Amino acid sequence: MTAAAQTRPILTVQGLNAHIAGQQVVEDVSFTVPATGITALLGRNGVGKTSTIKAIIGLIERTGAVELDGERIEKEPTFKIIRSGVGYVPEDREVFSKLTVAENLRLAERDAAPRRQLVEELFPDLLARSGQMAGTLSGGQQQMVSLARALLNTNKILLVDEPTKGLAPKIVAEVAETLAEAAKTVPILLVEQNLHVVRQLAGGAVVVSGGRVVHTGNALEFLDDAELTQQLLGVSTEPAAGKTAAKGAAL
Amino acid sequence: MSTVVLLLFTGLGLGALYFLVAAGLSLIYGLMGVLNFAHGAFLTLGAFTGWEIARRTGSDNWGTFLLSLLVGAAAGAAFAAFTEFVLIRRLYQRHIEQVLITVGLSLAAVALFDGIWGTDPVFIQGPAWFKETTEILGARVPNDRFVCIIAAVLVLLALVFFLKNTRYGMIIRAGVENRSMVTALGIDVRKAFTLVFTIGGAAAGLGGVLASHYFGYVSPMLGGSLLIFAFIVTVIGGLGSLTGAAIAAVAVAVLQQFANFYLGGTGDFVVVLALALVLLFRPSGLLGRTS
Repeated sequence: MTAAAQTRPILTVQGLNAHIAGQQVVEDVSFTVPATGITALLGRNGVGKTSTIKAIIGLIERTGAVELDGERIEKEPTFKIIRSGVGYVPEDREVFSKLTVAENLRLAERDAAPRRQLVEELFPDLLARSGQMAGTLSGGQQQMVSLARALLNTNKILLVDEPTKGLAPKIVAEVAETLAEAAKTVPILLVEQNLHVVRQLAGGAVVVSGGRVVHTGNALEFLDDAELTQQLLGVSTEPAAGKTAAKGAAL
Repeated sequence: MSTVVLLLFTGLGLGALYFLVAAGLSLIYGLMGVLNFAHGAFLTLGAFTGWEIARRTGSDNWGTFLLSLLVGAAAGAAFAAFTEFVLIRRLYQRHIEQVLITVGLSLAAVALFDGIWGTDPVFIQGPAWFKETTEILGARVPNDRFVCIIAAVLVLLALVFFLKNTRYGMIIRAGVENRSMVTALGIDVRKAFTLVFTIGGAAAGLGGVLASHYFGYVSPMLGGSLLIFAFIVTVIGGLGSLTGAAIAAVAVAVLQQFANFYLGGTGDFVVVLALALVLLFRPSGLLGRTS
């Protein structure tokens, strides 16, 4: 990637509005995602983070402008947006429970030379379970399948929605490690409620409230601002310790 | 004993016809959420084109029968593909409009068939072997029942092979479970929609030719009468489940035959009662998804 291309945002969202069953869930959202690193999309429960991600790739009805690597994509159907270089890791994993692990992965392969070796190195457990029905996997293993599906292909950006939700602390650490590794080669827009993980991974932060963007900036600076964090996320943080208070550890 | 065996094989033959219609209905609903009321028209067109082949090339030989099966399946497939591509594709997620257009198409198709082939049933003859019987445990079972059963089993095996061993089969299985996630993997699911409609239409067209031999006639209403029971089979089997459709088709048809014989012609009533019980106690059907 050239220096000019690196300074240009990989994703630009401008005036995005989205509706589900006639109800507006995203209102005039605008932000950019830089071409490197992890940008966290933060906000309280139900403010429209997942809807924003879904609206970007056209999974829900939306209006506004979405630009991926300089190309307008908002008129394209979802499958074309994904093929143009978007990896999507949905909330709640959404693996195909009646397909085997191997079938789940094969289905996600869209490149001529999918990166199977990378996936095998990152998730050796999946290789051993390739013939197992994905619905019988644990939550953590299903998250590995979901991440592996996105990492199989060369992408311009990964949209990762709450990857640590409902997982045990050990698995959360593994997921965070995988995302950190992935972010070395591809920018990530990360929706995450676990602020420890955000602090560990994210460079930038976009904060949503009431369906609108209310703050953008450096993630650590935002999390270190206890008053602002309390106001926008409803949790208190301890900047000196670099930790989120127990009450609000997971939003 | 011979009566039970005869009823059983007659039920299995009828179940085979139900399955050939229900297989497509179930896959179409499972993948696309479309309740296709025009599916019976695919069957009727298959039956009439099969009859035309038999009429023009001599109806009493196996070559003609096999050709009529192929042509009937092709006609059903073409009609179904046309329906999906021209009418249904514009109406995804608009369920009321889908129902209206498929109901309208089924009515229009019956009127068209009336215009072309007349309103009276046209009678059909197959190879002489069809008229003969085979004795099983004292029961003289008409041979055409075996043809229906064998054809349905072959279709079931072919569909299972296709679904398990091909990429499109995998896409269809995944799409039945979570269509939007298939799209979110970069897959153009519309191609799978057309394919499923085409496969369903082919199975229905094949079923139409077999039904014409099972009942001995073709009429514009043939598809509609079988469609009602195919819908019941689809719901009892579980929407989207091919195996469920196969099990339910046999269960419904055998139950219907036994009730007709032993309970004073109440077969249709008993089948509807079975549907009500399934809806009350297992709404997702025998092998369907839980909502």
